[in-house]
Amino acid sequence: MRNRTKLPAVFLAAVMAVMYLPILMVVIYSFNASKLTAIWGGFSLDWYGKLFQDREIREALVNSLVVGGLSCLAAAVIGTLGALGNSRLRLRSKGAVEYIATLPIMIPEIILGMVFLAFFSLLDLPNGMLTLVIAHTAFCIPYIYMMVKARLVGMDHSLEEAARDLGATPVRTFFTVTLPLLLPAVASGCLLAFAMSFDDVIISIFVTGPKVTTLPVKIYTQMKTGVTPEINALCTVMLGVTVMVLLLSGLFRRLGRRTGQ
Amino acid sequence: MSRPASGAAAGKIGGAGRRSRGVWLTALPLYLFTIVFVAGPLVYMLVLSFQTKAEGWGVEQVFTWNNYLRILDPVYLDTFLQSLKLAVSTTLLVVLIGYPFGYFMAKLSQAWKRRMMMLIMIPFWTSSLIRLYGWMILLQAKGAVYQTVRFLGFDIDPLKVLYTYPAVLIGMVYALLPFMMLSVYSSAEKMDWSLVEAARDLGASPMKAFLSVTLKLTMPGLLSGVILTFVPSMGLFFIADILGGNKIVLVGSLIQDQLTRGADWPFAAALAVVLMIMTTLLIFLYQKVTHSTELEGLF
Repeated sequence: MRNRTKLPAVFLAAVMAVMYLPILMVVIYSFNASKLTAIWGGFSLDWYGKLFQDREIREALVNSLVVGGLSCLAAAVIGTLGALGNSRLRLRSKGAVEYIATLPIMIPEIILGMVFLAFFSLLDLPNGMLTLVIAHTAFCIPYIYMMVKARLVGMDHSLEEAARDLGATPVRTFFTVTLPLLLPAVASGCLLAFAMSFDDVIISIFVTGPKVTTLPVKIYTQMKTGVTPEINALCTVMLGVTVMVLLLSGLFRRLGRRTGQ
Repeated sequence: MSRPASGAAAGKIGGAGRRSRGVWLTALPLYLFTIVFVAGPLVYMLVLSFQTKAEGWGVEQVFTWNNYLRILDPVYLDTFLQSLKLAVSTTLLVVLIGYPFGYFMAKLSQAWKRRMMMLIMIPFWTSSLIRLYGWMILLQAKGAVYQTVRFLGFDIDPLKVLYTYPAVLIGMVYALLPFMMLSVYSSAEKMDWSLVEAARDLGASPMKAFLSVTLKLTMPGLLSGVILTFVPSMGLFFIADILGGNKIVLVGSLIQDQLTRGADWPFAAALAVVLMIMTTLLIFLYQKVTHSTELEGLF
């Protein structure tokens, strides 16, 4: 190949090793029998047992899943239809709306968190599930919108035209032709958005209520007090979920590429 | 990560006239949501930044410039400068590690590219908290790094890294590095390598060929990576919080503090507006320099 030396490969491997080192630490220490992180006390699954008995953590996990699910669903509908509509509209406002709609992933999260906090208090919306879902929907939309937009550009539009020429109504054309063609993009956008929602700390901290907290917020507050083995176990479980979501996302993308050509 | 060529396909999306009403309906939810829940709050932030903090809790609707003037107070100005310093050092380190990474990765074989991509994506989508937590374990006074060095037979003092500036810097670089890797890779992957060979054949030294061809062609990726690193690094208060142990105060932490403990929302809003203007300027500059509206490698 072009590389004459082994240097690039060594560099790539070294950087990757450092990338994975902290993650590996968390996983290894989640099986540590000792309560002190500094000491290795043998292999144990105790912390996982403790984890599943912790009611607060279970509730936070359910909240996170519900928030992620609902926001993804809302963002999928709004983002997909929006990208579709925007690609066909000839309006000057098009660019502006697209710009504002994708702002939530362009500006620092702290700003988004603060504006939502202020805005919801202006509207007298109590912080809780509803505010969490609205805020998460706002930053989930850009992922799905961009994915669908990219897909629309590469799509063969003659299929839709054929359906329309054969007498299908616009709604029917959408459900039988357009949506199936867009589905891989929607699905991979959704998974990325879900991963982002499931991981979000900063925005959630601002819009989370005293009764409803998400898993990352819960972990964050516990982490501020120091290292505990229970969090190790929890993090390992979350890691498993992420890897699974990622594998699924890759699968959808591959499917999309295959049907797109 | 290559974007399909638009051209002919995009041109065909005609027929807007005959079904424009239906099209309007599909775009409507996006327009409504965007205006109410994104533009609305941002406009409110601007309004809030010119209002006065009420005694105790709340806001009075009295116009004032004071919130902006207060940022010039040495205490707060210092926070801004410290944030900028951290953001700049983070970005520099990320460029130094991320650029060669993306560059070398683009030279790998197709199969290895795919494997590398997967390897980057796993930490990238892993909760940033988990990854921070891993660093806490590593950097603790008698944590994993200390243990390993001791195990290898070296006698060292317990580490004094956690809860210091270097720890925050490590955390920031670590959290933001994947953005740079992906942006540079995406640019370098699309590059026509025969141009570099042409430059070499015409007598350019490897250095010269790199500077005048490769660097120029991968500039969009590099700049996009810089933005994707610099912008979040101004606001990632929880990294400074956890690895810096409240000792390092950044603009992000300041905003959060003003919102919660200080209960001074107008001042927090003013801080956020300034941060927002800085961010927007950067993105605007990027678009002017690269003539592109999308950040390289994000999708």
